[in-house]
Amino acid sequence: MSKARRYTLGEIFAAPLFLAVITIVGLVAALLGDGWFDALSWIGLAVPTLVIPWALVWRRA
Amino acid sequence: MSSGAVRAWYLVHKWTSLVCTLFLLMLCLTGLPLIFHEEIDYLTEGERPLPQVVEGAPEKNLDDALQTALAQFPGEIPLFMSFDVEQPVVNVTTGPHPRATVEEMNFISIHRPTAEPVRTPDDEGVMHFLLQLHTDMFLGLGGELFLGFMGFLFFVAIVSGVVVYTPFMRKLRFGTVRLSRNNRAKWLDTHNLLGIVTLMWASVVGLTGVVNTLSTPLVDIWRANELAEMVAPYEGKPVPEQFSSLDAAVKTAMEAAPGMTPQFVAFPGVRFSSNHHYAVWLRGATPATEQLFTPALIDAETGELTDMRSMPWYMTVLRLSQPLHFGDYGGLPMKILWGLLDIASIVILGSGLYLWLARRSLPAPGSRHVPAGMAHAHEEEAGLMPQPNPAE
Repeated sequence: MSKARRYTLGEIFAAPLFLAVITIVGLVAALLGDGWFDALSWIGLAVPTLVIPWALVWRRA
Repeated sequence: MSSGAVRAWYLVHKWTSLVCTLFLLMLCLTGLPLIFHEEIDYLTEGERPLPQVVEGAPEKNLDDALQTALAQFPGEIPLFMSFDVEQPVVNVTTGPHPRATVEEMNFISIHRPTAEPVRTPDDEGVMHFLLQLHTDMFLGLGGELFLGFMGFLFFVAIVSGVVVYTPFMRKLRFGTVRLSRNNRAKWLDTHNLLGIVTLMWASVVGLTGVVNTLSTPLVDIWRANELAEMVAPYEGKPVPEQFSSLDAAVKTAMEAAPGMTPQFVAFPGVRFSSNHHYAVWLRGATPATEQLFTPALIDAETGELTDMRSMPWYMTVLRLSQPLHFGDYGGLPMKILWGLLDIASIVILGSGLYLWLARRSLPAPGSRHVPAGMAHAHEEEAGLMPQPNPAE
């Protein structure tokens, strides 16, 4: 790796913030209704869960 | 951020984590099977068989069901009747006196159309043991509040963990896991990845768990304020000798709150009612409102509606904290995701413990004693970055 640049606060927290928001959407959706709301909540919780294997495969260093 | 501030946040993260980790590990491990308790109960017990309804037989009502229940436990009084959502079944709790402890209570399920007893849910066995361990470690209210405090420390550990995440990630892309490096780097990156990814889920499950441990004091506050106001005219009156019809009381409550269905009835004298009333707890019919309970107080002597009010905000928070903690409101896929996130939390706790054990010989982050090989680096990172590779 060449001399790495320093990431800004915005760069560091862009992905975590996105995951936090989508988690909230997932947690609240199923409270509001059934059917499509449930499906939305599965997506909302599946995205942060799937980031883990994604990082272990594609961001391994 | 100054090195002093980073060091302070690191110390907060270290100590809050260290204090709560073993308890959180216990909670995550017992919580995992509890997420699937409905499925496990179903697998071990099968579907509950219900009696045949004979065509043309006289229709039974809630008073008949109550009579059946009381006949099983002579000399006891009814405390609660709850309504099953899946089957036409009511569950009756009885006890020797209105403030009976859980151990003194008896529990029976009654089929509504026939008023015949049916199999009760298992309240012993492994799942019950896990639930007790998870709730209060068999220590009652004290244990419950203690675990609530551990949950609060867990939340502080999450927040401080996010703060100390920042300096680590100055030079790493999001999600980087240095698996080819030493064990410390590998587990540190895994800890950081899992921690930042599950941040919101773990915060919500942690904080709603804390709220659930406050259920007893919150109900006491509700009794002392809202309930006391509602039943003020009845103050000092004894528990009536003869109760009016339960079936009629539930019908009166449902008429007063169109569209709502009964969740449970608290009989006169118990914690969730007054000395003089049936408290019929109604829930909304839509998913958004079915978590929100409204108690209707029915005079247990005259059968008339005394008062009905929606719950204060803190009781609504308490109600909503239950599904958000249990993960049981979005079908099996949600439970599976809940389980996976729970396993991720177990790895976070375990790797955090490992990092602390493996790190003790190294200087704390932000401290001024920088090992010789790291002297070139900015001191803030020097302390926090684990054994930086000289080649970089």
